[in-house]
Amino acid sequence: MSQPIGAVLVAGGGIAGIQAALDLANSGYKVFLVEQQAAIGGVMAMLDKTFPTNDCAMCIMSPKLVEVGRHANIDILTLTDIESIDGVKGDFKVNLRRRPRYVDLEKCIACGLCAAKCPKKVDDRFNQGLIQRKAAYVLYPQAVPLKYALDAEQCIFLRKGKCGVCAKVCPAGAIRLHEREIRQTLRVGAVILSPGYRAYNPAGLDYFSYGAHPDVMTSLEFERILSASGPYGGHLMRPSDRRAPKRIAWLQCVGSRDQNHCGNFYCSAVCCMYAIKQAVIAKEHSEHPLECTIFYMDMRTHGKGFEDCFNEARDKHGVRFMRHRVQAVRPEKESGRLALRHLGESGKVQTEHFDIVILSVGLETSPELRQWGQGLGVELSPGGFARIDDFNPTATSRDGIYVCGAFAGPKDIPQSVIEAGSAALCAGADLVAGRHTLTVRAATPSERDTRGEPPRVGVFICHCGINIGGVVDVPGVRDYAGTLPNVVYVADNMYSCSQDTQNTISAKIEEHRLNRIVVAACSPKTHEPLFQETLAAAGLNKYLLEFVNIRNQDSWVHMNEPERATAKAKDLVRMAVAKVLRLSPLSEELLTIAPAAMVVGGGVSGMAAALALSRQGYPAEIVERDSALGGQARHLHQTAKGDAIEARLGQLIAQVQADPRIRVHLNARLTKVEGFVGNFKSTVAVGATETVIDHGVAVIASGAQESLPSEYLFGRDERVITGLELDQRMKRGDRRLARLRTAVFIQCVGSREPERPYCSRVCCAHSIVAALHLKELNPEMAVFVLYREIRTYGEREALYRRAREKGVIFIRYERERKPRVSATPEALEIGVVDHALRRPLTIPADLLILASAIVPYRDEQLAQFFKVPMNADGFFVEAHVKLNPCAFATDGVFLCGLAHYPKPIDESIAQAQAAASAATVLLAQRTIRTSGTTARVDLRVCSGCGVCVSLCPYKAPSLKTQGPLAGKAEINPVLCKGCGLCVASCRSGALQLQGFDDGQIMGMIEAA
Amino acid sequence: MTASTVKGFEPQILAFCCKYCAYAAGDLAGSMRLNYPANVKIIQVPCTGRVDMLHLLKAIEEGADGVYVAGCLEGECHFLEGNLKTRRKVAAVQKALAEIGIEPERVRMFNLSSAMGPRFAEIATEMTAAIRALGPSPIPRANLCAAVAIEEENRAIDAVEER
Repeated sequence: MSQPIGAVLVAGGGIAGIQAALDLANSGYKVFLVEQQAAIGGVMAMLDKTFPTNDCAMCIMSPKLVEVGRHANIDILTLTDIESIDGVKGDFKVNLRRRPRYVDLEKCIACGLCAAKCPKKVDDRFNQGLIQRKAAYVLYPQAVPLKYALDAEQCIFLRKGKCGVCAKVCPAGAIRLHEREIRQTLRVGAVILSPGYRAYNPAGLDYFSYGAHPDVMTSLEFERILSASGPYGGHLMRPSDRRAPKRIAWLQCVGSRDQNHCGNFYCSAVCCMYAIKQAVIAKEHSEHPLECTIFYMDMRTHGKGFEDCFNEARDKHGVRFMRHRVQAVRPEKESGRLALRHLGESGKVQTEHFDIVILSVGLETSPELRQWGQGLGVELSPGGFARIDDFNPTATSRDGIYVCGAFAGPKDIPQSVIEAGSAALCAGADLVAGRHTLTVRAATPSERDTRGEPPRVGVFICHCGINIGGVVDVPGVRDYAGTLPNVVYVADNMYSCSQDTQNTISAKIEEHRLNRIVVAACSPKTHEPLFQETLAAAGLNKYLLEFVNIRNQDSWVHMNEPERATAKAKDLVRMAVAKVLRLSPLSEELLTIAPAAMVVGGGVSGMAAALALSRQGYPAEIVERDSALGGQARHLHQTAKGDAIEARLGQLIAQVQADPRIRVHLNARLTKVEGFVGNFKSTVAVGATETVIDHGVAVIASGAQESLPSEYLFGRDERVITGLELDQRMKRGDRRLARLRTAVFIQCVGSREPERPYCSRVCCAHSIVAALHLKELNPEMAVFVLYREIRTYGEREALYRRAREKGVIFIRYERERKPRVSATPEALEIGVVDHALRRPLTIPADLLILASAIVPYRDEQLAQFFKVPMNADGFFVEAHVKLNPCAFATDGVFLCGLAHYPKPIDESIAQAQAAASAATVLLAQRTIRTSGTTARVDLRVCSGCGVCVSLCPYKAPSLKTQGPLAGKAEINPVLCKGCGLCVASCRSGALQLQGFDDGQIMGMIEAA
Repeated sequence: MTASTVKGFEPQILAFCCKYCAYAAGDLAGSMRLNYPANVKIIQVPCTGRVDMLHLLKAIEEGADGVYVAGCLEGECHFLEGNLKTRRKVAAVQKALAEIGIEPERVRMFNLSSAMGPRFAEIATEMTAAIRALGPSPIPRANLCAAVAIEEENRAIDAVEER
């Protein structure tokens, strides 16, 4: 093949697409991010909080939105549909239909006047139709691109040819009422599909009264009600009369696990957790005691931190969990409440009243999406999702096209983000020869040396159309700024962010020899980087800028008090000038990155990570404690999809062994790790031989193991075995298995116990696969599964269904009333209380299989070596539960596999590839720049007390151990994140945060 | 002199807002066009952990009638624990002010997420109303040096306790 095209098209701008785009663009590929809506963000942008930590969704997402929006190598194509894809891997032609926005992206300044004056009100679909917006709209306040659009289906002008008010009022002349749809073809080397999902529409389920009563709503509607930027400003009230609810009910599995009513047999995997989250948040929002009840079949809290969240919701927050089937929801006219009829396990029907009933709707692919996928040559799974292979978890059936997020099966945000990394890794690996061929690298001109120059401040005040200028007396502020000390140039601009103003600023810096710049405009959050670039382009150190927010934090919030807004703008400009006078140029250190990786652990995750890195062109050293590669997978029989693991594992090991870029160290242990991101130096010992490895990044894939049970006669009767032992017997083809008359599985052995509260995630599906296998060996065999909660999430639900069809008997037990096992020479006797019959039952069994917990190794030394944290359960703690699930807060160290949390093979491989993708982002840059905003020590003043060392969460400060200044603190700028905590806590005033030092802050206070 | 007798008193209030949450919430309040009194002026810091007790005292010394620190929700600090450490600093400053006869409520700490634009506006409104009710800062500017000295002492004691 000739050189592949070094560009990737990502179809869908939700969180998965965003993450894939960033990984690729940051590792040397051009990215086209195609989105059907007017802005990227997807469903995550609609969410109020995210489970299990209840982090604010927008807070954690918006930095990524901004990064995508500003990325020089990502083109966002909104309002665009993909019609077809021609060609082959390395050279695809993607045919696009680009619908008109009717607003010029270059000119729109998002002032919102068009929407303010637009006469047409329409349902706001972003807010689930709970409120209205205008036909001229921006999807949500933090949208990227933050540009308005005209709703073609609703706009009066576009439908009837009359109106056009928006064009008249737009101060930027951005409205394009006659814009037409265009066709476009893009050439890319690979494609990633991340079109997401739609929430199940429960309108067809009339017995729930959805659509018939406004207080019966979907979980997504309730999410908007909870949101601070939602229709009710985050105030909890029911839509019918805007009164605060006293009782709320959640109905689980609406549109999931229900072949009869909705055709979706699968479990949507996220609804249990989001219902718990919503119940807890609703209680927090409510001003009076709120009763929250969740009606469910099985609580599926199988993810990291989920079980804790479930337990806390029940025990601490008092959320009521009812394993009841809801038969009907009927509005009652007299009381104005909703009567809910439900059926308990005992068969008793009860009716209760609620103020709000929330239908926890599942995730599904629409028929159009399925058709679209198939049209692109992507095969689908039984549930209508893209079909993937367990060992290649993001590759579709068409070579060169990858998939991530909910289109590859219902899943939560971290799993989507992990798949995004995996898909990005695979797409990038296909195009290595085309890396950096289509990307641009900003050239940095040489910097002017301003040392010794007296401060010459230039102040630029922005009108932002009428956004600032309509409230604040901008010329007045400009003239006032001219009177401030050391200010030698002032100007006001209509749009400071426009390209021509940027050019003007550059020219004025040159012309007036300005060496400090103050820009008073919108928000530094969105625009400071732009002006920093302008400074750099004009040869000025980019840290010599102070940004004043006179729009979001002045003109927009003091609209009714123009005089006071003007006075405040003057105050803020004066404060900024005081600070800018005290700024000095800051340097960013340039570090080269050793282009090699070390992978700790040679199981499936470790091998997948090493292979992924090798495919990207980077050598990897695998350090494995055992005498063979393969880890836990060596003991496993089948995946949930029924693939024989042994053969696939053999291929994987052969691939690793044949790879010239991968070196494997068996029976090895790490004895020493020095250095930091880009330049680690690790010592690996095999017997008495020590090898020193230089590597730029490290991937922790150190795994976990099956625990050995202490109950149910395990170890005392050989008829009691663990799940892995059964797998080994099945692998060996043990003929005795077919002769069993009765086999019993007990679930949650050692998991979900007070001393080990987490769910081991894989055991339910694993036991059911084994149960089905036993039934296949001998259909006459009686097979029982004693469980507490069946957690066959996603399409694994099909296994549960099939097992019941094949006659596997499922009996639920409570943790307080565990099964009792006794042994006679003839059989094991297993006593359990049947949940349906509510009667004790004794099962004589030939074999008892215990689904024992997965436990981490608790490798404290490894944690110490790489300065990475471990949680109470002994699993490593990722940088961010939601959006950074395969990296550590320590730069350059990544995480995957069982060391992170129990997970099946497909998820382990996806995470390994995602970790490799994140590592590739670093390695592909070859060098890294530290931030200039870091702490610095004045050694003359430092007393060496060590408070900074003990305080810093990033381990940036340390005490010098050598030389004449031994005992004094030093800051490693590579590790310093610039928070300033150490600075504010330094006893001797020896520390300063550059860019926010005491002089600068005090200067602002004095000037305030 | 009580607050109601101070004619035309417009409190001067300084707010230290962390970049990731409070400042962003301030931006959102703007995007949502919420109104709050113009008395509050914001100084952005990377994290509330950067805020020193002396910054708060300096603000009072320089004539601010009220000062507050606004950071991420507890447990959600972008820099892990900066806001928790600062909560203690704010408490220490309040204590020091009380000791020299200044209302400790002139210095406050708030926590909010970046999505809480309405809360940002509410805080600014609340704080302005509270300071307006208290009236102008009672301290002649120069006298605060005494407070600073006391504060330094407290800080030393604090440091010992912390160990």
